[in-house]
Amino acid sequence: MHNYFVRWKALAAAMVAASAVAAAQQPAPQEKPQTAVELILRDSSGAQTRLAVPDLLALSPDRETTEAARTIGQVLWDDLNYEREFYMIPRDTYKSIPAAPSITTVPYDRWRELGADGVVIGTVQKVATGIRVELRLYNVRAQQSIFGREYTGSAANPRLYAHTMSDELHESQRSLRGVARTKLTFSSDRNREPVVGTVEKREVKEVYVADYDGANARRITINRTLNITPSWSPDGRSIAYTSYRTGVPDILISNIYAGTMETPSKGSGQNWLPVFSPDGKRIAFTSNRDGNPELYVMNRDGSDVRRLTNNPEIDTSPTFSPSGTQIAFASGRSGTPQVYVIGVDGAGLRRISQESYADRPTWSPAPYNEIAFTARTGPGFDIKILNIGTGETRQITFGEGTNESPAWSPNGRHLAFSSTRAGRLQIFTVDRDGRNLRQITREGNNQTPHWSQ
Amino acid sequence: MRHAKALIVLIVLLTVVVAACNKNKPPVARPMPPPDPGVSSTVTDPPPPPPQPVMEPTIVPPMPAEDAIGSKSLDDLNRDSPLRPLFFELDSSDVSAAGQQVLQANAAVLKKYPGMQVTIEGHCDERGTAEYNLALGERRALAAKNYLVSLGISADKVKTVSYGKEFPFDAGHDDSAWANNRRAHFVITAK
Repeated sequence: MHNYFVRWKALAAAMVAASAVAAAQQPAPQEKPQTAVELILRDSSGAQTRLAVPDLLALSPDRETTEAARTIGQVLWDDLNYEREFYMIPRDTYKSIPAAPSITTVPYDRWRELGADGVVIGTVQKVATGIRVELRLYNVRAQQSIFGREYTGSAANPRLYAHTMSDELHESQRSLRGVARTKLTFSSDRNREPVVGTVEKREVKEVYVADYDGANARRITINRTLNITPSWSPDGRSIAYTSYRTGVPDILISNIYAGTMETPSKGSGQNWLPVFSPDGKRIAFTSNRDGNPELYVMNRDGSDVRRLTNNPEIDTSPTFSPSGTQIAFASGRSGTPQVYVIGVDGAGLRRISQESYADRPTWSPAPYNEIAFTARTGPGFDIKILNIGTGETRQITFGEGTNESPAWSPNGRHLAFSSTRAGRLQIFTVDRDGRNLRQITREGNNQTPHWSQ
Repeated sequence: MRHAKALIVLIVLLTVVVAACNKNKPPVARPMPPPDPGVSSTVTDPPPPPPQPVMEPTIVPPMPAEDAIGSKSLDDLNRDSPLRPLFFELDSSDVSAAGQQVLQANAAVLKKYPGMQVTIEGHCDERGTAEYNLALGERRALAAKNYLVSLGISADKVKTVSYGKEFPFDAGHDDSAWANNRRAHFVITAK
């Protein structure tokens, strides 16, 4: 009876969480293919192409449409700016350029004066099912439309139109997989709820997801306990994490759109820090089931458990290589925590870091053969990147606050990490070259980010 | 005579006021005031004080009377626990000599109350990473448990859990806060 109740409660909690996400998740905008030939906009001199994205034109006078028009322009500018493939001309410099009366009448001379190579002109119109958004990229010099998209869908989240356009524009113009539609998951104490059943003053940490830019944050767990180290499944539909729901750490998987939950390790010892293999079929994790923190790999459903390490010191923090054949992890076997690599078959162990303390390796997606990790650099930590091919290590953060838990974006161009540089513990993103630092979270303390693939 | 009476009344009143003021402090679960030094003289076998932890009692308190434990709720027991925490060096899960003394005293309590069950929480300071600390805290809790078992405590009375650096006892960012947070903390779950 007691068990039944607990299970029912957990299921109900998971369903509530899932429906909250499902409600936020609108159907992806439907797209009408353009017939116009798509051309590539590139500065012939080799300089960075200069783009402008003015506010979209609201073709309906209602508030929802006008706000969507403003939001989409700003978010699209931000999305394009994020990948640094184009030089994005600051939006306040073209406020004086009059809005085009239609999507086909573009004041090319004014844009040329501004030094724009390309300009994205768009319209938003209210329709029965929501809004219709049309966007075109014009080559200012050639005075022609070279890329265009038309979307219809819900007006609930206009940012999604901008994200979709940004990803498609990057794909078409630069063969680049942008991150505008990716999401971050992380653990946060922002609800400030006390943990159930302790005498000490302790606050819960729950798992959240948010857009890559921090917008649309949603809570995933309602366990009233510690829920940390979330990790996406490759298809972006599930999150595995460490939960203290039963009083001790164990691995839970929340299927965030289906509203279901899985407990793959089924009571075998204490288990934490799960990560999915690149094909989503296996999970690597740390467990004390044999009396000491060691690394294990199991199928997603908990079957076929294999132990990877066997030594009296700590082995933890696994990450799969892009091919899924190797695992990097942290081990204290040399006396201090260092990063090691081992085959998923347990063969070929080698140490790859030479730090005073190194943890939380995270293997970058191809084509980069690199591992980002947390390194002790003083009283606190910084993020470093090790190139496996050359063996060289470069530092990404430099002692501003303490910086931990790096996680790669799916295109390998950015890292998310946690940092105290702004006071409390917050999620930031930074590019692989250390530039383009952005604060993603602002509410409560936020930690252990992971980027959807 | 009258004056003297009035003075006594005043002193009594002041004492009550001071006591009341103390009561108004926010209720914090963990810091235990050091026991009255007068009481310590009754202890026959005082172990050496543990080295650093400032907030911890320096002397093993006299064993609480049977009814003191029997009548208290678990929450009250844990708020003013007969089981003391032990502390660790940076990055280490080795039980120090002082830690062994603490565990010997805790083992004596556990032997005296055979129904008592405990969870040992392993905690770490913020100078370790969030991920590695989950394992380090587990090692600290396990080290404490293994020592208790070596003293004859049944392993199934003692559970372990690691909180890494997720639930620091001291929110500060200095040596004393860090020292206070590197601990194995005892929580009584049944008595």
